[in-house]
Amino acid sequence: MESQPIALKKTLRSLLDWGTMSNYLFILPAVAMFLTFNVYPYFKVFQLSVYSWNGISGAPLFVGLENFKDILFDNPAWWASMRNALYITLLALTIQNGVALLLAWLVDRDIKGGQIYRSIFFLPPILSGIVVGLIWNWIYQGDFGLLNVMLERMGLGAYKHAWLAEPGTAITSLAVVHMWKGFGWGFIILLAGLQGIPRDLYEAARVDGASELRIFWRITVPLMIPVFILVSVLTVLGTMQLYDLVITTTRGGPGSHTEVPMKRILDEITPGSRLGYACSMGLVFGAILLVVSMLQMQISKRAKVD
Amino acid sequence: MSVTAATPEPAVTAVKARSFKAERTIARIKSALRSTGAHLILILVAASCIFPLIWMFSSALKTNATVFTDMSLFPSNPNWGTFATAWTKGKFGVYFFNSVFYTTICVFGVLVISSLAAFAFARFQFPGKNAIYYTFLATIMIPVPGAIVALYILLMKLGLVDTRLGYMLPQINGGLALGLFILRPFFERIPKDLEDAARIDGCGRLGIYWHVAIPLAKPALAVVALFTALNVWNEFMLAQLVLQSQSLMPLQLGLVKFWGGTLTEYPLLMAGMTISVVPIVIAYVFLQRHIIAGVTAGALKG
Amino acid sequence: MKSKLTRVILAASVLAVPFFTGCKKDGASSSDKSVVIWHWMTDRDEALQQLATKYKEQTGNDVQFQLYAPSDVYQQKVRVGAQTSSLPDVYGILGDARDVATFVEAGHVENLTVALGDGAGSWKDSLFTEALETSFFKPGNPFSVPEGYYGVPIDVTTIPMIYNKKLFKKAGLNPDVPPATWDEFLEAGKKLKAAGVTGFTSGWGEVWLIYSLASDLAFNKMGEGKVMKTFRGEVPYTDPDWIDVFRAFENLRKAGFVDPSLVTLGNKSAEQAFASERSGMTFNGSWAVNVYAGMNPALEFAPFRVPALGNKFPQPVWGGAGSTFMVNGKSPKKAAAIEFLKWLSQKDQAAFLASSTKNLPAVKDVNVEAAPVLSEFSALMKDSIHPNRFTVSEDPRVQEVFNKGIQSILIGEKTPEQVGADVAKAKGKATRK
Repeated sequence: MESQPIALKKTLRSLLDWGTMSNYLFILPAVAMFLTFNVYPYFKVFQLSVYSWNGISGAPLFVGLENFKDILFDNPAWWASMRNALYITLLALTIQNGVALLLAWLVDRDIKGGQIYRSIFFLPPILSGIVVGLIWNWIYQGDFGLLNVMLERMGLGAYKHAWLAEPGTAITSLAVVHMWKGFGWGFIILLAGLQGIPRDLYEAARVDGASELRIFWRITVPLMIPVFILVSVLTVLGTMQLYDLVITTTRGGPGSHTEVPMKRILDEITPGSRLGYACSMGLVFGAILLVVSMLQMQISKRAKVD
Repeated sequence: MSVTAATPEPAVTAVKARSFKAERTIARIKSALRSTGAHLILILVAASCIFPLIWMFSSALKTNATVFTDMSLFPSNPNWGTFATAWTKGKFGVYFFNSVFYTTICVFGVLVISSLAAFAFARFQFPGKNAIYYTFLATIMIPVPGAIVALYILLMKLGLVDTRLGYMLPQINGGLALGLFILRPFFERIPKDLEDAARIDGCGRLGIYWHVAIPLAKPALAVVALFTALNVWNEFMLAQLVLQSQSLMPLQLGLVKFWGGTLTEYPLLMAGMTISVVPIVIAYVFLQRHIIAGVTAGALKG
Repeated sequence: MKSKLTRVILAASVLAVPFFTGCKKDGASSSDKSVVIWHWMTDRDEALQQLATKYKEQTGNDVQFQLYAPSDVYQQKVRVGAQTSSLPDVYGILGDARDVATFVEAGHVENLTVALGDGAGSWKDSLFTEALETSFFKPGNPFSVPEGYYGVPIDVTTIPMIYNKKLFKKAGLNPDVPPATWDEFLEAGKKLKAAGVTGFTSGWGEVWLIYSLASDLAFNKMGEGKVMKTFRGEVPYTDPDWIDVFRAFENLRKAGFVDPSLVTLGNKSAEQAFASERSGMTFNGSWAVNVYAGMNPALEFAPFRVPALGNKFPQPVWGGAGSTFMVNGKSPKKAAAIEFLKWLSQKDQAAFLASSTKNLPAVKDVNVEAAPVLSEFSALMKDSIHPNRFTVSEDPRVQEVFNKGIQSILIGEKTPEQVGADVAKAKGKATRK
C-alpha cells in the first residue's frame, strides 16, 4: 500500500536500528560458517553440472543442459535407483517410525526399566556401517547364515532364502537392516517430544474417564504433529541418501535391485570419471529431495492451523 | 420405581458386589497382560539391539579361523590379549584423545552456534529471516557429490590442510543445518508469558536465551549433541583427505587400518571397534538423561 | 549483568580453543627431503615400514610410507590429490588404462622408460614382462598417451579358478586333475553338491570379478582378435559367440550347485566360505594364498585355468601387475623417488616383501619359500591377459551393463539373448557420445 521508496526506506532504517542489527548477531556465526564452507562447494557443483569433465585432465567441455537431459530422459538406471530408494523410504516412514512411536510411547509411560530400554534402543545407530554390514551379511547368508539356520531349526526350512541375493527379497532385506539401524533416532526424538507433553493433561483426561486410545488421539497426536513432521523429514532425507549399508551388503545387486541414487552418483565419479555428470545428478537428486521436504513442511503448517 | 430401587435387596447387592469384584479382577488381568505385552515387545527389540554388540565383543575374543564358524556367544578360550593388541597396534592412545577432542569441540560449536541462530529464527522478526532459514535447510537436502574436492581446495587456500581447525570447522558447519532444523520448533514452543516474565525480570534477549530457552530445549539440545557427536566420532572420509600427520588422526583412521586390503584380522577389527564404541555409549547414557529431564524443569506446568 | 559477561567469556573461550590448537602440525610435510609414498596395502604396511627403515640405514635417505585405506577411500584421496595437484612423490592409481591416461595427460605421472633402461642387467630386465606391460602405453594407443612405461609393479597377481583338494577327494573327483572344460566344471560342481558342500562360490557382488571370468571365457571362445573388434564396435554383443559366453553363466545357474548368495557376495565373504571348506571351488586371485593361510593353514588347494568353452583358442588367465607405483611427474623429488623404487625392485627387497604377505613378486627369479603353492599361480603368468594390455578397452558404462546383465542371468531374470541385446544397446549409446 505504501509506495516503494518509502517502504524501502523503512526497511533500511529498521536494519540500521541496533535492535534489529543485534538480531543478525545471533545468526552471524552460523551464516559466516555457511558462507565459508558451503558457498564455494555448491557454486562449484552448480558450475560443473553444465560441463563434461573427468575432473583431472583436459579442459572441461561446456555441454549446457545435456547432462540434465540425459539424466531425466535417458537414464533408466538412475530412475530405477530412485524407485528403490523410494520403496525403502516408504517402508521406513511407516514401519520404522511406527515401531519407534510405539516404543517411545511405551517407555514414556514410566514403564519399569525405562532407563535401560532407552539406552539399549540407541545402540544400533551408534554402530558403524562396517559392523552392521558384517553382522547382517552373516545373518542373511545363504547356507550358513543365522536366519536360515534358525528357520531350519524351527521347522520352517521351506522359507529359507538367499536373502540378499534373490531379486524378490534383496531390497526388503536391506530395508530391514536400515530400519533396524535407524529406529533409534526416531525413538529418541519422539520420546523427547512425548516427554514435553505436560502430565496433567493426561491426568485431567483420565479423570474425565477417557480411554487410552482416546487420550492418544485427542491429546498426544495433535501436540506431537511438529515432532512427527520433524521425524518424517529426517527419515526421508536420511533414507533417500542411503549408501553405506548398500556398499557393505549388496553393492547394488543382484542386478540393479538394490541400486540407490547416492551410489549411482558416486559411481559416476569413480570409476565413471564423469564429474560434470555426477554434479548434475546430485542437483537433480537434491531438487527432488527439496521438493519432497518442502511438501512435508507445508503439510505440517496446514495441520497446525487445524 | 425410585423408592424400591433406592433400597436394593441383599441378593441384588451381593450380585452387584460379585460382578464388581469380577470387573476389578478382569481390569487387573487386562492391565497385567498389557504390561507384560508391552515388556515383551520392548525386550524383543532390545535383544535385537544388544545382539550385535555382544557379537562384536565375543568375536574379538575368538581367532581369525573361528570368528565366523564358532557360533557360541562366548568362546571357550577367550583371547583377551586382542584388546591390548588393538590398542597398541592401532596407536589408540593418540587417536583416542584426538577423537574425543574433535567430538567435544564440534558438539560445543554446533550447539552454541545453531542454538543462537535457531533462537533468533524462532523468536525474532527481521528482514530476510525466512529466506536465510530455508537456504540453510536446502543445504542438508542437496547432497553435493563433488563437494569434498572443492572443500579440500578451500582448506588448501585457507592453509588449513593437516590442521585440527581444518578438520573441525567443516564438521561444525555440517551440523548447523540439522541443529537449526531440530532446535527451531522446540524454541518456538516456548510460551510467550515465560518470555515476558523474564523480560520483566530485566533479561535482555541473550538473557532470555540463556535462562528460559536453553533449559526448556534441553531434550532437543541433547538430540543435536548426540547427532553431532555420532557424526564426528564416526567420521573418516574427511579425516583421510585433510589429515596427514599421525598425531592428528582420530580413532576411525586407526580402525581403518585393521580393515585389511586382502587379509582382515577380524578379531583385531572387532576389538578395535568395541573399544571405539565405548565412549559413544557413555556419552549417550549421559545425554539421554537430559532428553528426559525436560519434564522436571516444571516450566511447562500450566 | 555479571552472569551475562561470564557467559559471553565462556562462549568465546570455547569457540576460541580450536584457534589455539589449530596451528599444530607435525614435522613431516612435503617441504621435507623425504620421499612421500601414499599406499593402500594395509596388509603390507608393516613390511613397507621396515623396508623404509632399511633403506634409510643403507643409503641415509628418508622414505615415508603413508597408508590410506580401504581402497575406495584411497582412490578418492588420489583423485582429490590429482585435482588439486597435491599428489605425493609416489602413489598408485587404482584404475584402468583410461584412468592412468587421464593422470598422464594432466602431468601427474612420470614416464619411466628411460629410468627402466633396456637390455640384460637393466632394471627393466629384472621385472616380469607381463607385469611391466600393464603400465605400458603402446605407440598409437587410443588415449593419445606418449609411448612408454608409466609405473613400476611391486607384485603380480593371477586370477585363476581354485579348488579344494580334500573336498574333491570326498566328492569322488581326482584331486590332481581339476576340470579342463566348462562341461567338466559343471559336472565337478554337481558332484561336490552331492557330497554336501557348495560347488562354487566367488565374490561376484564385486562385479569386476565377473568381468575377469567373462573375459577369460570370451578370449577362449572367440579369440583375442574378435574380442578387440567387439570393443571397437565392429562386432556386436549379439554375436552368437558372445551369447555362448553368456550362456555359460546360464548353464552355471541351471546346474544348481552355486552358492545361493553368489551375486551379492563380497570377495571377503567368499574367501571365508572357501577357507572354511564350505565350498569346493572358487574364482579368486593369488592374494588369496595369504588370506587362506591366515584363516585355515590346513587348507589343501591349488589353482587351475578357467575351464574352456571351446578348443580353437587358448585358455587365458587374468593376470598382470597387482600393485603398481607411479612417480609424480610434478614432484621435485622425482630422482630420489625413482632411486627408491629401483632399490625396492632388487631381489632382497622383493623377496622380503613377497614372503611377508605371500604375494607373487614382480621381480624374476625370486623364491617365495613361505608358500610353495604360489609357484603354481605364477606358472600361469605366461598365458595371462589384462585389459591394460589390450589394444582397446571397453567403455566402463558398457562393462557395467555387461556385468549386471550376467548377474541377472545368474538370478534367472534374463536370458543370454536379452543380455546380449542390452549390452549392444549400451554399446550403441556409448559409441554415439
